[in-house]
Amino acid sequence: MTQQSAVVVRPFGRTTPLQRNEMLAGLAFISPWFIGFLVFTAGPMIASLGLAFTEYDVLNPPKFVGLQNFQRLLTDPRLGLSLGNSIFYTVLHVPLVMMVALGLALLLNRVGKAAGFFRTVFYLPSITPAVAVGALWLWILNPRIGLINRGLALLGIAGPGWTTDPNWIKPGIVLMSLWSVGSTVILYLAALRNVPPELYEAARIDGANGWQQFRHITIPMISGTVFFTLVVNTIASLQIFTEVYTMYFGNMNSGAAASAGLFYNIYLFRQAFEFLRMGYASAMAWLLFVIIMILTVIQLRTSNRWVYYEGA
Amino acid sequence: MFGSKSRTVLAVLAIILVAVAFPIQRTSQAQGEVTGTLNVMGFSLPDEIATVRVDQFKAAYPDVTVNITEGALDEQQFLTAIASGNAPDVVYMGRDVLSSYAVRGAIVPLTECIDSMGIDMSQYREAAVAQVTVNGEVYGIPEFFNSIMLFINNKALADAGLTLDDVDVSDWDKVAEINQALTRIEDGTLTRIGFDPKLPEFLPLWAKANGVSLLSEDGRTAQLNDPRVLEALQFTVGLHEPAGGRQAFMAFRDTWDFFGAQNQMVSDQLGVFPMEQWYMNVLANVSPDADITFKAFTDREGNPLTYVTGNTWAIPRGSANPEAACAWMKTMTSVDTWVAAATTRAQMRAEAGTINTGVYTANRAADEVIFSEIVLPALTNETFKTGVEVILSVQDSAYAIPANPAAAEFKQAWQDAVNRVLNGEQTAEEALAQAQEEAQAALDEAWSQQ
Repeated sequence: MTQQSAVVVRPFGRTTPLQRNEMLAGLAFISPWFIGFLVFTAGPMIASLGLAFTEYDVLNPPKFVGLQNFQRLLTDPRLGLSLGNSIFYTVLHVPLVMMVALGLALLLNRVGKAAGFFRTVFYLPSITPAVAVGALWLWILNPRIGLINRGLALLGIAGPGWTTDPNWIKPGIVLMSLWSVGSTVILYLAALRNVPPELYEAARIDGANGWQQFRHITIPMISGTVFFTLVVNTIASLQIFTEVYTMYFGNMNSGAAASAGLFYNIYLFRQAFEFLRMGYASAMAWLLFVIIMILTVIQLRTSNRWVYYEGA
Repeated sequence: MFGSKSRTVLAVLAIILVAVAFPIQRTSQAQGEVTGTLNVMGFSLPDEIATVRVDQFKAAYPDVTVNITEGALDEQQFLTAIASGNAPDVVYMGRDVLSSYAVRGAIVPLTECIDSMGIDMSQYREAAVAQVTVNGEVYGIPEFFNSIMLFINNKALADAGLTLDDVDVSDWDKVAEINQALTRIEDGTLTRIGFDPKLPEFLPLWAKANGVSLLSEDGRTAQLNDPRVLEALQFTVGLHEPAGGRQAFMAFRDTWDFFGAQNQMVSDQLGVFPMEQWYMNVLANVSPDADITFKAFTDREGNPLTYVTGNTWAIPRGSANPEAACAWMKTMTSVDTWVAAATTRAQMRAEAGTINTGVYTANRAADEVIFSEIVLPALTNETFKTGVEVILSVQDSAYAIPANPAAAEFKQAWQDAVNRVLNGEQTAEEALAQAQEEAQAALDEAWSQQ
């Protein structure tokens, strides 16, 4: 252990030829990703940071305007509205997706031989193009003839106006988001398969019931995956765009969703490419980046209280 | 060998030959100079109206290779193409957004193109040309000319004991009355909308009918808080009430088979609505026997009125082949090309035994030939013949929102205002006051960048 640590901290010049070769080989292997990251992620991010201090319509050279775009962030009523919508969606979507995905994964974990079939069935919707999902769910959510309200009608419940009532627009979009729960299900299923069965066996011998086994064995043992999906789903939720844009904003006639469905990234896109305010859109992008970073740091800081790492 | 008389005749003949040959040679030269590749963005080839015209261009300019990136204009793709120096040679876009691109230099003025190719701008309809004219310079060659008229469900009228004379949009009280009478609710469920005012998209039409444009003629001053706009908005929003409000209205409207044989007119789900003329073509195809009537939309004085939209061709900054682009724009919108396309459509419809309601262009001269020589003489269906005649009668009463550099934001401001009122989030006064503030700020900012 001590020797391993010494190798890690040894200055580059004092590494052995073998270690150097291994390091170079490692760098060579990650270089495609690294170059891609520099060119397609880090570069544009740095550029957008610069553009956030300019007035830039894409067509003409940017003009430096100092903090003007950031001041505008403070006074733009639609920015607050769109950010509130995205946060509202995230607060509803993330826990719901995690709970549904975990429930499905637990069921799949017990299916046995047919697990492969069901795994495919649950994962397939995740690979449906987002635009198709948006168009499809406009019909599923239709208040009069949609599948959901027809199903509710069978139970004697008058379904709400998922696509016509501003109060139900976001819940409708959350429902739609469950369509792609499959990828989270697969992650949870993999984590569940990695829980050592002897732990359950020992718990049963000690008299633990199903709930106690779930609470004290399953949850801690898959908490690393739960934490990962929490972080990833939170980031993805705050950036939701394609499905909602397809459903309500593609033809600029957003109807009931004009305010209720105006998510942050939709507003950002419109500022950039419809209103030609790339500088302001860049400032918006950085605001969202900072918000996501703060949320992720909070999630990381609190994770040591509930995430169990084997061997840690 | 020749007498003096013969020599004179020969000289005259020679002069005539030279005179005749010269323009031919010039034309050949002009066409001969147009070579290379022409990259077209924002255009599709969905039907014979598009393909025949493209073929006409290829025949006239065989040295030009045409590459069409099919699909509607993608702003993101267009802007990045220009910013990266890979601009298409010619672009097809809505006339309503052209001015936004023009004032930012994304597309170039066509003065030189019009002069060099001898494009006669007087052949195009004034309302369309006004939409593509910014600061006195023409930036686009207009293509289609979409007008609006009333579509009336005769069965619904008969059920309600009404006649066509009762459908009079100059009298708004009467519109409210027929809306009430035509609306049908059975067992608490809406089964027919009486009168759909088509909000938010047709607010400009209703406001103009009430005597006011949403934007001043110079494109600089928003007029969204004008009392006449307020009155138009309150009136049209009120038309949703008999149906049970906007939510019930939209939930029902979203279920219609709008483009199918069981559309809302055939299925008796709608009484009356104003709609663009292209929908007449849809009905002619899918339900030629529909019991409907077409009637002109009018202002409150009873004068015919239409709110026009349509597309235009433009040359982006950085076009690598502006000569070919210019030739393309001229060819695609010329009388001969339109007539060739309309003729092909007429033949195809005749062979298929379907109704041909024509193609409505922004080229007045082309329309005159198309409708007087091709469409109307062959149109025997009285219902759709009336529709064609109604459209032709209102084209000179066209209104379009004046060109302005903040077109997208201006549109968003008034459409969002209408939506807020329809959704019950604000009163009409509050919504229009907010929209006025947003629209004017966007206009001021955009104009200040000139």
